[in-house]
Amino acid sequence: MSSSSTSSSDSHHHPAQVASDNPVLNISELSKSYVMGEVQVDALKSVSVKFYAGELVVLLGASGSGKSTLINIIGGLDVPSSGKLFFHGREITAATEAELTAYRRRSIGFVFQFYNLISSLTALENVQLVTEIAESPMSAKEALLLVGLGHRLDHFPAQLSGGEQQRVAIARAIAKRPELLLCDEPTGALDFQTGKLVLDVIEKVNRELGTTTLVITHNASIAGMADRVVRLRSGEIVEDRKNPERLSPSELVW
Amino acid sequence: MKPLQRKLWRELLHLKGQMLAVAAVVACGISVFVSMSSVKYSLEASRQRYYSRFRFADVFVEVKRAPEFYREMVSRIPGVASVSTRIIADVTLDVPGLDEPATARLVSIPEYRTPVLNDIFLKKGRYIEPGKPEEVIVSKPFLEANHLAPGDHISAVINGRKKELLIVGMGLSPEYIYEVQPGSFFPDKRRFGVFWMSRRALESAMNMSGAFNNMSLTLAHGASEKDVIMQLDNLFRRYGSLGAFGRSEQLSDRFIVDEIKQVGIQITFLPVVFLAVAVFLLNVVLRRIVATQRDQIAVLKAMGYSNEDVGLHYLGFALIPTAVGSVAGTLLGAWLGRGLMNIYGDFYNFAELVYYFRFEDVALSVLLSFGAAVFGALGAVRKAVQLPPAEAMRPESPAIYKPGFFDRESLRSKIPVSLRIIVRNLERRRWKAALSVLMISLAVAILVAGRFTYDSTERMVQVEFNEKHREDVTVLFNNPMPPSVAYAIASLDGVLEHEYYREESVKMGFGHRSRRQSIRGMQSSEGLQRLVDKNNRQLILPPDGVVLTNTLADILGVRVGERLQVDFLQGKQLHREVVVSGTIDEILGLSAYMNLAALNRLAGDGGALNAAYLRIDQAKAGNLYTTFKKMPGVAGIMMLKAMKESFDELIAQSMTTSTLILTTFACVLAFAVVYNGARISLSERARELSSLRVLGMTEAEVSVILLGEQALLTILAIPLGFLIGIGLSWLLAKGLSSELYRLPLVFSAYNFLFAFSVIIIVSALSGLLVRRKLVTLDLVEVLKTRE
Repeated sequence: MSSSSTSSSDSHHHPAQVASDNPVLNISELSKSYVMGEVQVDALKSVSVKFYAGELVVLLGASGSGKSTLINIIGGLDVPSSGKLFFHGREITAATEAELTAYRRRSIGFVFQFYNLISSLTALENVQLVTEIAESPMSAKEALLLVGLGHRLDHFPAQLSGGEQQRVAIARAIAKRPELLLCDEPTGALDFQTGKLVLDVIEKVNRELGTTTLVITHNASIAGMADRVVRLRSGEIVEDRKNPERLSPSELVW
Repeated sequence: MKPLQRKLWRELLHLKGQMLAVAAVVACGISVFVSMSSVKYSLEASRQRYYSRFRFADVFVEVKRAPEFYREMVSRIPGVASVSTRIIADVTLDVPGLDEPATARLVSIPEYRTPVLNDIFLKKGRYIEPGKPEEVIVSKPFLEANHLAPGDHISAVINGRKKELLIVGMGLSPEYIYEVQPGSFFPDKRRFGVFWMSRRALESAMNMSGAFNNMSLTLAHGASEKDVIMQLDNLFRRYGSLGAFGRSEQLSDRFIVDEIKQVGIQITFLPVVFLAVAVFLLNVVLRRIVATQRDQIAVLKAMGYSNEDVGLHYLGFALIPTAVGSVAGTLLGAWLGRGLMNIYGDFYNFAELVYYFRFEDVALSVLLSFGAAVFGALGAVRKAVQLPPAEAMRPESPAIYKPGFFDRESLRSKIPVSLRIIVRNLERRRWKAALSVLMISLAVAILVAGRFTYDSTERMVQVEFNEKHREDVTVLFNNPMPPSVAYAIASLDGVLEHEYYREESVKMGFGHRSRRQSIRGMQSSEGLQRLVDKNNRQLILPPDGVVLTNTLADILGVRVGERLQVDFLQGKQLHREVVVSGTIDEILGLSAYMNLAALNRLAGDGGALNAAYLRIDQAKAGNLYTTFKKMPGVAGIMMLKAMKESFDELIAQSMTTSTLILTTFACVLAFAVVYNGARISLSERARELSSLRVLGMTEAEVSVILLGEQALLTILAIPLGFLIGIGLSWLLAKGLSSELYRLPLVFSAYNFLFAFSVIIIVSALSGLLVRRKLVTLDLVEVLKTRE
């Protein structure tokens, strides 16, 4: 599969990317099955896909379609049963535990559905968790300013609304300037308005920092903001299309 | 501070109740270990220092009277380093403010101060001056108990003559660290004291010029004590020696050595219990923390924190409370140790009882605690480390329940739903439940064992002061008296009942074993003195044969019906045989009893008496005492009531202290276990319980489900704790028993009631604390939290 530049006059759109055969991520015949309770689940069935620098991709699928499994494997949180995953040509699926840790530390930013903030740390400190161990991070404050939370630095998660918590989580994910931003149902726990606000931030990060971004969602309406939409069903890719143009999250409706 | 450290501190603070419980248990363990080991070391070191500084002798010989030139002869025995001779005599004293006569042990010292064996530590005042025979130095406990001081006068009856003595100094000696009247087990500071007096004055008062009746010597390095003793026995047999003996048979030293050994036993037993509980608590608490923070662990790993980072972070939850407990325990231990040393200072008269607080003990105990902490935390930390991040992201799969014992058709309908929840929970995690029961029962056991020593001592007081003895006073003769002395005593006004005994020193042998021992010949075992064993059972003395205490029979390896070799050490020094006609399991000491007439026959003489038991008319006691003070043949009198009082005063204080400490520690233990258990089950089931509240259950009903589990565990733990406590007491009784005394294994109903009540109260309290948390749960919030 190849990708071409999707230039448009749309002002939301990020600078045109270069078509190349050097994908950031190259996934080849990835399968994953695991046992849950007393049931064997085939979460991924021989999935092959490539992702390119600067792309904002929405991975669409119903619950149980395998999208979370895919993103966990991409993020080095999980290992596949078979198949290979290359990050800039380096085989992540062959990495040791220590190499995986370094990979996550250096290159990956995660955003989760339930924010997963450390409740005993303030917004600033939650971000510092990352800046502490990253190589050349932006300052924690800078990251929070970027998500529009400059005024909430010293609040604890319990003192923040859901949307604010998710923005802290995004700040935490991007503060290290990751190459890949992985968002697992980032609006899943949020209402419509707040969800859009969060998507705005994700779009902004992708546009301004040029971070390759994968957003997992079961909400097809979100697909409109992506450069590309990959649809999963029962562990298989059933659709991979480019959007003719990216919509601003504020234009999304669901 | 790094964010991860900040997370640790904030969460520790949030869990402060549970963390403090862990810290408290660690603190208890460390404080016991640190205080007991420092006390043990301090006692040992003080003893050694005292002995070497004041030249405490290695071997002692008591004779009737031997010529002074034997000192030269003995000093030439190979292995003997130095020899000193003394005159020692027990006399009666007239103490101002004391009706009854007291006893002074007069010990001779050189007129001019020269270093001697068993030297005096002059605490106050001065040394005696030459040419002033009335001057004496008196032991500190006696002076203090009688409010006397250097400069005061006191009169004594020495060899039948009343003498006015001038106290010039207050002293202490390594020979009397435990100062007790011969024939007694407990100090009576008011009525017994050691008086050091000029040798010249004692020689003339006791008609002992050119002679001595007590010899002590030190041995050269590497010399055989046994060989020297054998030679001494050959030399002094004809001078009425009862046999030379080493330090191990010196009464004062034996008490101290026993005490040190007992402290050593306590060092091992209590801290082990506390460490075990700390391991258990940390294990449970950490497992819970890791379980509730699964998603956080995942997120940390997703961010790129390494397994070591995560592992160390969670290990911090174990190490920090342990560190807090270590510091608190060390401080508490130092304080407790000092307090205990003060109590020992009342019991034992050291020149200086130095309290050594040793870094090694602290280091060792802290090291052990941290070892225990790591051990306890290991399982949970490993779980955190090994948790694959992707799996951690998912909530923990619901617990698997299976129908259990109580789910059988016949039972099911009879058990209410709330109880079913409780029982299934316990059944599901049997091991955890069993361990919880065990831990609570350890607290019960410590209470029972702590109270046991108290009960045991009560029994000892009851048997020794009430059952065995019915006399008011014991009059000790300074020399064996002919049987006719009975007429003289009976004629004294105020004597209601009188009974006598003979005490003969012998060497008992059976097979290749032998032992210096005295046989007491009793007129009757049903009169003023009786034979009562440690279980408070009375034994009637058979008319023939000898009755041995169990411990003595064991030492000799002899059984009832076998014939014992008896060598009389005084009088005609006959060699005889006597049948062991019975044994008795007494609390105190080693004894052999015979019927008086039988003993007289065995000794082959017309009979002799060493002491009289009297019951007296209290209205005439004053006159009687005055008479005794003047009687030349009377060495002293012992009063049962006074002995009991001084025993109560001394023992009761240390008993109360140690019982208090043990009770406090057991409460801490019980509280820590029950409180943590309830807190954890609250955290595990908050959601479930809130759901039940939402469904319409009352707070009380929900509390029953939450606290019922802890209550059930506690109820199960109590009988088990009783059993473990009894076992622990048995071990303790065995460990603490010596030739000097055996703790009777007694448990009063009060003991169990006390342990029961304490545990119930402590459990109820911790239950209430947790219930407060349950009541303040925000139902909606809890239902929202994802877990």
